[in-house]
Amino acid sequence: MQGRVLVAGEASAQLLYSDAPLSFWGGYDAATGEIIDRRHPLSGQIAAARVLAIPFTKGSSTTTAVFLEAVRAGAAPAAVLTATPDAFLSLASIVADEMYGRPVPVIALAAEDFASLAEGGIATIRGDGMVIVE
Amino acid sequence: MLQLTDYDRALLEGERGPGAQMAMRIIVRMAGVFGAERLLDITAAHIDSTIFMGDATLEYAERLAGLGARVAVPSTTNVSGVDEHGWTEWPVPPDWAEKARRQMDAYRRMGCIPCFTCAPYQSEPRPAFGQQIAWGESNAIAFANSVLGARTERYPDLLDICAAITGRVPAAGLHLTENRAGQILIRLDGIPKALQADDSFYPVLGHLTGKLAGEHIPVIEGITVQATEDQLKALGAAAASSGAVALFHVVGVTPEAPTLEAALQGRAPLSSIAVGMPQLRAARLELTTAAGDGLDMVLLGSPHFSLAEFRQLAPLLVGQVRRPRVRFLVTTSRAVAALAERGGLLEPLRRFGGQITVDTCPLASPMLPPEIRTLMTNSAKYAYYAPGLLNTQVVYGSLADCVRSAAAGRVVRDERLWSD
Repeated sequence: MQGRVLVAGEASAQLLYSDAPLSFWGGYDAATGEIIDRRHPLSGQIAAARVLAIPFTKGSSTTTAVFLEAVRAGAAPAAVLTATPDAFLSLASIVADEMYGRPVPVIALAAEDFASLAEGGIATIRGDGMVIVE
Repeated sequence: MLQLTDYDRALLEGERGPGAQMAMRIIVRMAGVFGAERLLDITAAHIDSTIFMGDATLEYAERLAGLGARVAVPSTTNVSGVDEHGWTEWPVPPDWAEKARRQMDAYRRMGCIPCFTCAPYQSEPRPAFGQQIAWGESNAIAFANSVLGARTERYPDLLDICAAITGRVPAAGLHLTENRAGQILIRLDGIPKALQADDSFYPVLGHLTGKLAGEHIPVIEGITVQATEDQLKALGAAAASSGAVALFHVVGVTPEAPTLEAALQGRAPLSSIAVGMPQLRAARLELTTAAGDGLDMVLLGSPHFSLAEFRQLAPLLVGQVRRPRVRFLVTTSRAVAALAERGGLLEPLRRFGGQITVDTCPLASPMLPPEIRTLMTNSAKYAYYAPGLLNTQVVYGSLADCVRSAAAGRVVRDERLWSD
């Protein structure tokens, strides 16, 4: 499937999917990559080094700071796939690039493509925004 | 294709120094994400990036400050990671406090106004209706857009300071009139006036609104009681916690919603949802995670307590004392704390055995002792985030419930307004 490149990069890892939006502040442990929002369906899962698929980020504008800390700590997802162009995740990744030279690919998918990720698998993200799931 | 002005290009080429250059580079990359064709001027900013999350946020602030970046517009500061002059009253790790203070200093060096509050609209000059601004902090964004009618996108931490340094933002999102129309219509049905007039109603309505609206703009119709600013603040803070709500309209109350048609800009809503007491009762239950009536702490002031809220609290405290094992904390800004002190509103709090924290709150500062297992609050934002961020159980109640419970040493809630 072809997505819109918000922050370019390449990655290949196990998918971690939810159709529920997530706030990284109060929802993501920047030291471990654990989803810690106890009301979220992914609560307790580790997103570090996986391809995290969430429709969009919600809630606090500190989500970006948590994401940047996670990049610095090596606990960020390998890539993020969203259902709408998510400014928060994109910004965090752009600043991670500015500060540490380590951008995380962020790709926005069409709604039906995003929903198809529910089946799981290994997602490979190419620099041109092509996403292959197998 | 993004069109840049001579000013934009000058910053991008480093003519105003490497700090402004880095900030403009980030703004321009974000313009691509937003799909903006141009940048526009802002006249004020609110900087949420002051929240200390760890070494990365400190390194970012010190990088910009060290590169000589200075804000180009009046820029207020959000909460930091520490109560700068009061943190030693709590078990805050000294290393954390030192780094958080360094981060506050970095934003001071960049010329920001050191008010350190998540509710700058309570003590600092307010943006006017229609003014283009760049605000961070989800509750402040919702308040500025919805209650004041100023125009800000939902600016995240790290980007707000770039907007402040450059004075420029992508012309996109909520800066543009056509993107401010209501999208999800929430019709209140059969909500008693007595409940609508009660403070405990608005956080619950906000929590439900955020869940129903997601990232869309909700329009609430059917409020028949004149809501106060603090009630609208609570509604917005709750909706911006459970959802990504940066702008809400309340028909007949908020400035872009004199009528339903105006709020929708004459368009049809994406969906229309009837909300009655059953949905509100369910939403209220979601804000409580604790079973039983055990209580370790009452926590008030997210967003930061206003002067009006201190006025409401003071008479409830008179003649009562908290139980020794239940701590009672109010979080607010330095400015509002000073006004409350002058108004004689802090003395009843001290006699009750309560404490004040300024500049920050327990969600942004690791200050709570580990024995705090169950919190009670009248704030949907505290209730929403406490279980994940503080690893505590939480009970939602009205302000009066919170005071009564601290005095009783166990959770006591007046259920009359909420019962069948």
